Amino acid sequence: MAVAVKPQTIEISADPMVPVPYRVLRVRRETPDTFTLELEALTSAFGHPSPVQTGEGSGVRAFAPGQFNMLYLFGVGEVPISISGDPAQPEVLVHTVRAVGAVTRAICALKRDEIVGVRGPFGSAWPVAEAVGNDIVIVAGGVGLAPLRPAIYHLLNHRHEYGRVALLYGARTPKDMLYKRELSEWRGRFDIQVEVTVDAARPDEWRGNVGVVTTLISRANFDPFHTTALVCGPEVMMRFTILELQKRELRDDQIYISMERNMKCAIGFCGHCQYGPNFVCKDGPVFRFDKVRELFGKREI
Amino acid sequence: MEMLDRLLAEHPFFKDLDPRYIKLIAECARNVTFKAGDFIFREGDPSNKFWLIRSGKVSLEVFAPGRGPIMIETLGDGDVMGWSWAVPPYRKQYDARALELTRALEFDALCIRGKCDEEPKLGYELFKRFAQIIGQRLQATRLRLIDIYGGRS
Repeated sequence: MAVAVKPQTIEISADPMVPVPYRVLRVRRETPDTFTLELEALTSAFGHPSPVQTGEGSGVRAFAPGQFNMLYLFGVGEVPISISGDPAQPEVLVHTVRAVGAVTRAICALKRDEIVGVRGPFGSAWPVAEAVGNDIVIVAGGVGLAPLRPAIYHLLNHRHEYGRVALLYGARTPKDMLYKRELSEWRGRFDIQVEVTVDAARPDEWRGNVGVVTTLISRANFDPFHTTALVCGPEVMMRFTILELQKRELRDDQIYISMERNMKCAIGFCGHCQYGPNFVCKDGPVFRFDKVRELFGKREI
Repeated sequence: MEMLDRLLAEHPFFKDLDPRYIKLIAECARNVTFKAGDFIFREGDPSNKFWLIRSGKVSLEVFAPGRGPIMIETLGDGDVMGWSWAVPPYRKQYDARALELTRALEFDALCIRGKCDEEPKLGYELFKRFAQIIGQRLQATRLRLIDIYGGRS
């Protein structure tokens, strides 16, 4: 039987293991140890192909809210970092990085025009399409707001498709909050409930809520039968958040969490990020809670 | 009095409480308003009141010499404020300051304690509810003790 064989063009950037060079457009300091980098594909910096063109080889790749990239610094190493920009503007790649290890410290020290390698996007996404028609409650702790920001952009860009939207955010102190300017912008809108809380504060530096993020859940406006919850933060924060959401009568299949594990290859080959029968890089990082309920909170997984 | 009964019955804190008891409790309650900046009580004050916040925001603060006041908790709409009235030595352990215009139901704790002594079943019901509040505050404190936002990169 004759089979028509299309001549294949092999593009280097189509190989998921080969980083594509990106240029640092700007670096913004969010907190003393957390920085937001805006990156642009190096190919488009030379004018071709067009920066708005998406797809393989163009250097601009569409991503879904919740997905991550592998960021690579030559001679230092590679780390998984979630994308925190607007999915409607994929030509500028935005990553918020907290300096906690050798690679993330080096990434946070990058300056304008320096080069970073990017592989991705990888992984599962927040269920923004499935959640159409529902109320949305977003619970973020600390740097966990970063992987949720693309979902927030999407919800606000398609605001009419959703019911009530509540964003609940907890940080250790007012100084540890990400995206302060945007948070106050969102808080000023009529179509989203934004509640922010910190662990402790001086009255002269903070006029908002003081307490853990779980205490905000009883204040969020949503209809438990038609709600999707998106949760991201350290695992212990997510555990207690889920308990509170369950108290508000949300079912486990209405709750989505973003997990963090040590991703290496990002395409489900190496097994470094194995989480029970799942690979966090491929099956995650976003999981519907009922799918991982048995694993969640277990030690040594 | 009628309106106070209704306000109490509608509050989640008194959910499913026998209407007879609601009436008893209402006899110890009154409506109060605090302006932004007002201290509602101070650390060391005798604890002879508690409040159900109807609207507004109150911060519980500890004054640390050299550091000034530190807000350790804010309470808002629907929250119960104060449980030290229920146990000896009946003293306030923090400062409470209204951050904005705050309306609340204020309860005379001596009156409530008297009713509880007369009607132990009411005392049991009330203490069950306050134990829940104390448990919630304790859990929130422990979560902060383990610094739940720390670990994520």
